[in-house]
Amino acid sequence: MKILVAVKRVPDTTVKLKLKPDGTGVVTDGVNFEVNPFDVIAVEEALRLKEKAGGGEVIVATIGSKDATQQLRHGLAMGADRGILVVNDDDNAIDADVVARTLKAVVAKEQPTLVLVGKQSPDGESNQVPQMLAEHLGWPQATFASKVVVAADKASAEVTREADGGLETLSVRLPAVISADLRLNEPRYASLPGIMKAKAKKIDEFTFESLGVAKAPKVTAVGFFAPPERKAGAVVASVEELVNKLKNEAKVLG
Amino acid sequence: MGNTLVIAEVHNGALRKATLTAVTFAKKAAANEGGAIFGLVVGSGVGAVADDFRRFGLAKVFVADNAAYQHALATTYAAVVAEVVKENGVTLVTATATAFGKDLLPRVAAKLDAGMVSDISDVVDGSTFVRPLFAGNALARVKVSSTIKVVSVRGTAFDAAKPAGNAADVVAITSAPADAVGTTFVRFDETKSARPELTEAQTIVSFGRGLKGPENIPIVEKLCDALGAGLGATRAVVDAGWVPNDFQIGQTGKVVAPTLYFAVGLSGAIQHVAGMKDSKVIVAINKDAEAPIFKVSDYGLVGDLFKVVPELVEAIIKAKAS
Repeated sequence: MKILVAVKRVPDTTVKLKLKPDGTGVVTDGVNFEVNPFDVIAVEEALRLKEKAGGGEVIVATIGSKDATQQLRHGLAMGADRGILVVNDDDNAIDADVVARTLKAVVAKEQPTLVLVGKQSPDGESNQVPQMLAEHLGWPQATFASKVVVAADKASAEVTREADGGLETLSVRLPAVISADLRLNEPRYASLPGIMKAKAKKIDEFTFESLGVAKAPKVTAVGFFAPPERKAGAVVASVEELVNKLKNEAKVLG
Repeated sequence: MGNTLVIAEVHNGALRKATLTAVTFAKKAAANEGGAIFGLVVGSGVGAVADDFRRFGLAKVFVADNAAYQHALATTYAAVVAEVVKENGVTLVTATATAFGKDLLPRVAAKLDAGMVSDISDVVDGSTFVRPLFAGNALARVKVSSTIKVVSVRGTAFDAAKPAGNAADVVAITSAPADAVGTTFVRFDETKSARPELTEAQTIVSFGRGLKGPENIPIVEKLCDALGAGLGATRAVVDAGWVPNDFQIGQTGKVVAPTLYFAVGLSGAIQHVAGMKDSKVIVAINKDAEAPIFKVSDYGLVGDLFKVVPELVEAIIKAKAS
């Protein structure tokens, strides 16, 4: 089974990012970068599905600067077979639609049975690429997956989705796009032998031009600014004081 | 500017209240730019939903009622939305950023060759919107250059629309496509809960790993019961399997802004705070005085939750009775 996983290089999600004074973005100097945690879950799922299928190939693809090779290597160290880097030096010059169209061109080259992607990134938080890619390909989509079972004939998959108010299960024809949610699996750590092996694995590079994709975003950030800061309030000494303040000061206890 | 289309979300045969925040957004956008505001209800046996939706100051409510639309499949629904957009001069398509809206709208945008902005919290003009990103640490002004624009709306940033004006005409869509693109609904396993739904709750009690294990959830449930509150949780405890994902509050879960929010035994990780920092009054209970949650709380109580919460339950019951 051939599976394509799209991954994104993102700033460390545990760090509180600061705005640049000129409002053109956030300061990323000195910040570590990692693979979008949801994409790591997608890589893990692809590896498990390949193992279950008894063979196949897992390809990790990303769009980013040459530095994003590090994130591809992380996927390769987990066990993916090879990588694809579409070189892009300015994240602000593309939008989710350009990303989806670029991935469509990669899919056309690779013809995978399944595309797995994290449901959203922790930086842009758009939650658009998987759904847009599915539409551009004319494929089914199953977003926010918490369970994926591929049928023995590999012609369909049953996907359980994290919906509002419960879990929805859909059956989708393959090929399809599935976006990974938190509970899909517990990703493995890259082992030392895995890291060593990853160094020898192949990463092919492409450009937007070589893939025939127009770098024509429809959505552009024109400025960033700080949200209103919440001020720390009072520390109360007792339950009694807390209830008294909630009732008589904040007036939120009926 | 052309017309605006608000896609209704139907839940258990009724209009989901979250949809009404997208109506308020649509009114704000149209007030700047002109154009009519239409509603769209897609589903099976949704006549009553359309009848409800028409009360909220819309120019028309389109209703696509078909057995093929019984389940909200993004593939099927996107084709219906696209057809209504094209035939009615719609240039702004919107829904609230619930799981339904997040699943559907990007597919609609791709189908219409439209730019999309997710989870917007404000309107600058007809093509520029404000949205939070980087876990709420920044706001961006985002401009859409395509003729048709698709926008999902952060429910906490807009009030729910109230009934207004004359009831809108209901227009039946009879010729809409019904191709599910190889997708079949199998089943829905509902999370049963008698408590208020998190995005609609006035009060929320939320807990984290400080609760030590799922066997201790009754401790916070008693606080919920005393307050009539909804129950939320952090990503960490969802990840650990204590509660379903539906309980998760934060950047990757639900964004909430109740009148009163109790953060119990949770440290206040960046991604959690992103989902609750717009709550009106925040109360934090944590044994660690240095926990970041105290930096965003209005009232902090440093103490052992296993001792404090039961006392708090008693005190609240008393205070409410007096």
